[in-house]
Amino acid sequence: MATIAADVLPRDASPGRRAVRRLARRGSAVFGLVVVVAFVVVAVGAPWIAPYDPVATSWSAIRKAPSAAHWFGTDELGRDVLSRVVYGARASLLAGVVSVLISLALGVPIGLAAGYIGRWTDGLISRITDAMLATPFLILAIALAAFLGPSLTNAMIAIGISATPIFIRLTRAQVLAVKVEDFVEAARAVGNPHWRIALRHVLPNVVPPLIVQATLAIAAAVIAEASLSFLGLGQQPPAPSWGSMLNTAKNYLEQAPWMATWPGLSIFLLVLSFNLLGDGLRDALDPRHA
Amino acid sequence: MLTFLGRRIATIVPTLLFVSMLVFGLQQLLPGDPAMVLAGEERDPTVIAHLRAKLHLDEPLPVRYLYWLGGVLQGDLGESLRMQKPVTALIAEKLPVTIQLATMAIVVALAIGIPAGVLSAVAKGSVWDYAANAIALWGLSTPNFWLGIMLILLFSVSLGWLPASGYVSPFVDLKANLASMVMPAFVLGNAIAAVLMRHTRSAMLQVLSSDYVRTARAKGLDERVVVTKHALRNALVPIITLGALEFGTLLSGAVLTEQVFTIPGFGKLIIDAVFNRDYAVVQGVVLFTATAYIVLNLLADVAYVLVNPRMRG
Repeated sequence: MATIAADVLPRDASPGRRAVRRLARRGSAVFGLVVVVAFVVVAVGAPWIAPYDPVATSWSAIRKAPSAAHWFGTDELGRDVLSRVVYGARASLLAGVVSVLISLALGVPIGLAAGYIGRWTDGLISRITDAMLATPFLILAIALAAFLGPSLTNAMIAIGISATPIFIRLTRAQVLAVKVEDFVEAARAVGNPHWRIALRHVLPNVVPPLIVQATLAIAAAVIAEASLSFLGLGQQPPAPSWGSMLNTAKNYLEQAPWMATWPGLSIFLLVLSFNLLGDGLRDALDPRHA
Repeated sequence: MLTFLGRRIATIVPTLLFVSMLVFGLQQLLPGDPAMVLAGEERDPTVIAHLRAKLHLDEPLPVRYLYWLGGVLQGDLGESLRMQKPVTALIAEKLPVTIQLATMAIVVALAIGIPAGVLSAVAKGSVWDYAANAIALWGLSTPNFWLGIMLILLFSVSLGWLPASGYVSPFVDLKANLASMVMPAFVLGNAIAAVLMRHTRSAMLQVLSSDYVRTARAKGLDERVVVTKHALRNALVPIITLGALEFGTLLSGAVLTEQVFTIPGFGKLIIDAVFNRDYAVVQGVVLFTATAYIVLNLLADVAYVLVNPRMRG
C-alpha cells in the first residue's frame, strides 16, 4: 500500500502544488491566465506602451481610419484610440479588482459571522442578503451610483456592494458545512476561543471556493464597470475607459466604426480570460468537480 | 399546497420589508439636505417647503420611513419632479415596452438555450458539445451593449436591413415594431441563452443517467422519444427554477439594451431619472424591480411544485 501511495502522490504534493499542476494541464485556463497577465502588463506599463497621450486632442486628426500612425484610428476629438484602449485597461482592471476586494472585505466577515454564530444573527443577515439579491445587480449599482454621484470610485463602491451578497452566501454555506467537522469539534474541545476557531480553523477551509468565486466576480465586475461607464455613471471624460469609449462610439457608427471595435473587443477578451481562469481554478481547487 | 403557499408567502414578507428599507436608505446617501437636493437646481423655496412637509423631514428617520412605507403600500411611490407625474404612472407607461422586449428576449433565449443544451448533453464530448460550450462562454463574456453596437454596425449601417433605433408601438405599426425589436431582443436573449444552455446541459446529463431513462431505452423506445418525452420533461423542472433567477439579468440587460437602441422603456426611464436627478423615480423603479423579482421567483417556486407531484405533499 505504502509504495502505491508513494507512486500516486509525490512527497512534495501539497494541496496547493497539486492545484497548480491541475491548472497547468488545462489549456483554456492557461490561456486565460496569460491574457490576464498581458492586460496587467499593459495597464501598468501604459505610459511606455501607449504611442500617444490618451487625452491629447488633435483637430487635424479627427476620426481618421486606422493607419500606420494610428493603428486603431482616432476618435471624434482626434485622440489616438490605441492609446485610449491601453489606458482604459487601467480603469477596467482597477474596477474589477478593487470592487471584488470590497465585496470580499464586506462579505467574508459577515458570512463568517452568520454561519459561525447562527441563531438570530444568521436570520437577520440572511434576510438582508435576500433583499440585496432581489435587486438586480446592475439596477442596484445604478441606483447607488446615482445617489453617490457618477465617478470611477463610486462605480467601484457600487459594484462592490452589489456583489457582496454572493460572498456572504458562499462564506456562510461553507462555514455551515465546515463547523460540524471533527477537527473543529477537536479545536473547541481543547479550549480554543471562538475567534481563534473561526479564523484559524474554519476560515482557511473557505478560501478555495472564495478564490474561484472572486475570479468569476472580477469578470462580472469588469462588465459592470464597462456598463456603468457606458451609461455615463463610471469613469468620467476625458479619462479613458472602455465603456465610455463605446458610449461615444455609438454616435459615430457610420463615420468611424473602428471607434466601437477595439474597446469592445478588449472588454470581451479580458472578461473571457477571467471566466476561463475561474472555470479552470474551479476544476483545479475542487477535485470533486473535475 | 395551500400550507406551502402560505409558508412561502410568509418568507417573502421580511425580504420585501428589507428591500423597502434599502430603497428608503438610498435617500440617506444624498449629501446635505434632501429637500434641497431633491428640489433640483432651481432651489425654489416653495418647492423646498413642500418637499420638507411631504417627506416629513422634521421627524426622526424611523418615523419618516413609516410615512414613506405607508405611502408605498397605498401605491404612492412619490412624484417625478422633472415630469410632474406620479412615479407609478410613469412606470405603468413604460413597463409594456420593456415587457415586450423581455418576452421576445425570453423566446430567443429558450429557442437557442434549450436545444443547444439538450444537444450538448446528448452528444457529450462530441464536437457539438464543444461548440455549444464555446458559444455559451462567448455569450457570457460579450458585454451585450457592445454586441448591440456591432449588430447595428452590421445590419443597419452596412446592410441597411434593420433600423438602428426608433421604437414604434405595436398598435401603430406591428411590422415596424417587430423590425425595431428584433436586434434588441436577440442581444438581450443572447446572454440568457448562454446561462440556460449551461443549466439545460447539466440537468439533462443528470436525468439521462437516471434509472427510468435506462428503463425507457431498455424497452426499445426510439432515442428521440427518450430524450424529448422522458428526459427533457424532467430536466425542465430545475431549468424553470434556475431560469427564473435570470430575471434579474434580463432587467439589468434591458437597461443597457434600451440605451443602445434608444427604446423608451423601463431602463431608459431609470437612466434618464439618474441624469435628471429625479430620485423618486430611481427609488420607485428599484423598489418595483425588486418586488417583481421576488414575486416572479415565488411564482417559479409554485410552478416547480405544480410540475413536480412529489413536492405537493
